Amino acid sequence: MIATHLPILQVVIPLMAAPLCLLLRRPRLCWALSLAVSVIALVIALLLLGRALSEGPISYALGNWSPPWGIEYRVDVVNAFMLIIIAAIGTIVQIFAPRSISHEILPSQHTLFYTLYLLFLSGLLGVTITGDTFNVYVFLEISALSTYALIALGRDRRALTAAFRYLVLGSIGATFILIGIGLMYMMTGTLNMADMAQRLQPMLDSRTALAALAFLGVGLTLKLALFPLHIWLPDAYTYAPTVVTVLMGVVTKVWIYVFLRFAFTIWGQEFVFTEMHLQDLLVPLSLIGMLAASTAAIFQRNVKRMLAYSSVAQIGYMMLGVSFVSQTGLSGTIVHLFNHALLQAALFMALGAMLLRVGSPLLDDLRGIGRQMPWTMAAFVLGGLGLIGVPLTVGFISKWYFILAALEKGWWLVASLILLTSLLAVIYIWRVVEVAYFQQPDPNTTPVKEAPLSMQLPIWVLIMSILFFGISTKWTAGLAERAAAWLFGGGP
Amino acid sequence: MSEFPGLLNYWLVIVMMMTGFYAMISRNNLIKKVIGLSIFQGAVYLFYITAGKVFAGTAPILEEGFSNYSNPLPHVLILTAIVVGIATVAVALALIMRIKDAYGTVEEDEIQHQDKIR
Amino acid sequence: MKDIIVLRVMAKFFLPLIMLFALYVQFHGDYGPGGGFQAGVIFAAAIVLYTLVFGLAAARKAFSNPILLTLSAIGVLLYAGTGVAALLRGGNFLGYGFLDRVPVQGQHLGIMLVELGVGLTVFAAMVTIFFAFVGKGRR
Repeated sequence: MIATHLPILQVVIPLMAAPLCLLLRRPRLCWALSLAVSVIALVIALLLLGRALSEGPISYALGNWSPPWGIEYRVDVVNAFMLIIIAAIGTIVQIFAPRSISHEILPSQHTLFYTLYLLFLSGLLGVTITGDTFNVYVFLEISALSTYALIALGRDRRALTAAFRYLVLGSIGATFILIGIGLMYMMTGTLNMADMAQRLQPMLDSRTALAALAFLGVGLTLKLALFPLHIWLPDAYTYAPTVVTVLMGVVTKVWIYVFLRFAFTIWGQEFVFTEMHLQDLLVPLSLIGMLAASTAAIFQRNVKRMLAYSSVAQIGYMMLGVSFVSQTGLSGTIVHLFNHALLQAALFMALGAMLLRVGSPLLDDLRGIGRQMPWTMAAFVLGGLGLIGVPLTVGFISKWYFILAALEKGWWLVASLILLTSLLAVIYIWRVVEVAYFQQPDPNTTPVKEAPLSMQLPIWVLIMSILFFGISTKWTAGLAERAAAWLFGGGP
Repeated sequence: MSEFPGLLNYWLVIVMMMTGFYAMISRNNLIKKVIGLSIFQGAVYLFYITAGKVFAGTAPILEEGFSNYSNPLPHVLILTAIVVGIATVAVALALIMRIKDAYGTVEEDEIQHQDKIR
Repeated sequence: MKDIIVLRVMAKFFLPLIMLFALYVQFHGDYGPGGGFQAGVIFAAAIVLYTLVFGLAAARKAFSNPILLTLSAIGVLLYAGTGVAALLRGGNFLGYGFLDRVPVQGQHLGIMLVELGVGLTVFAAMVTIFFAFVGKGRR
């Protein structure tokens, strides 16, 4: 019986755990609860993927109201893959969290952290799983509001201004999305994605459709932090507690998924790319984003901010993959969603472990850390190699797809720019390596110990999977190709 | 239906939306930014309600003698959006309170100035 | 403000009426306009009025922070719990029709419970927000 209800349990279990956590009040119990819930969510996501692969899309009608009228949850290969990314990162973060928040968040706020995390998790899972456009907006705000509060938990007072700026820009983005959905509802009279896709086709050349596309395009690119609209991201990533930064890395990926869902499933790639030529806008923006953000990363003194700019560059890669409008490019985007989730989680968590011991993410304070925390720094280097795209790491797999897609189109310049940004990544990773291994620590500071096991374990699980999925691509790239084919098939 | 009275609401929505948007971007005071945000969101509520209005339709309650009802779905959607809007404003004001505690001001330029000095 | 007798008497006169109206909106919600959200806000308005007249300390005695947090948590649990109850009785999540042997009865029951959950959470959240802002005081 449980099997048929898996789609709703995916969202409802974290949603119910959040108030329970508030009632439990003891941080340790809350931690156990949120870890258990994350593991359950991961198991459910894996089961859903298994079923989506063998039986095709799963549909679940909330409140027994059948689909075009009621809210429908719909799971296919694409969002099952996304659900796994969210739940997996959530689980890893929860193993890492207790030690990390012990010094980054005030003890009185630990319960709140776990409550907000559970709300955040249910919001993101909800955005991903739902087949109803308005439901996307509602879950969007659940996850966004909890993110604002999570950022503000940071101890630096600049976390507050970063959270406020993100709140203002995030609300603009969300409201734009709401207007876009409203315009589409006005035209079609339906909110269900599959139904909307069908009814929208004959009306695509109307002005209302164009306005809806414009609003949704701006709203979504603001949320997923594409180049000129990324200004909220570096501050928010830098001043949030490290665990929150790792979680926020998943947020932008969920928005890329939503963009794919709207562009391919609802609008159809023919309208968005063949008629409207959205790629003419996306390709230059992604390329500028990749180059500008990578260059900005080189000049940062704060390692956390450096990684934040690197994330902006990676978002550029992902949107570039979409704008190739080819199956190879789209596979690259989808596989990079997974690969970069691993990479950025590993890097930020390694940095979080250093923060626990050193207390500062500034490059000057990390001098000689390579000899004091050899395991953590080794993990950071391996993660950095993945970010650069060295063979045998996951980064190589995604870049391979992107370059292949560029060459398929005959865009030599784009392919060489992808290689150029990889070189920029070499520079900014090298700056950390140089400081950590080749400079002497300040003699006035006391030497620090290696990070505790509860932090090492999740970091090394991530590093191992970065290497494993860099060698065996059957699950990641294979699935991504199936997902891309599914999106191109135009199925709901 | 002629353009003027029929589409008047939409024009008003656009004026209101841009007013809020402008306030959000141009004002220096954080509270005024939140007010702008509220106006901006209010415009969207009006937009949805307008879309749901059926001319000569009544409130959608089953009653003898009425057969023409306005579309109730946008109202329900917007009720949800209003709740979300209230939550957003509450979170924003709470953040502003903590910013005031930490910086002693709610003017954006003064906050940026203080951060640069540090 | 509690030394102004007009305010004190009028507040005491209005408070039960506001609360009663909130309950009416709450429980009439499944037949006519109304429901948990509106009821929660109206009920919170009563507490706001009380706080304005009699001061925060007095209001806190009735609704301390732990109580409000518990109420809001219970509200969400009641909502989701109703959904899960329908799920356990063989329907889908929030399939109210399955809550009773007679589907219409089940729907009444379901909507009532869900709205009660919404009402509790909205009330608690509104009062929490109000207290948080009022509690800052002037310095």
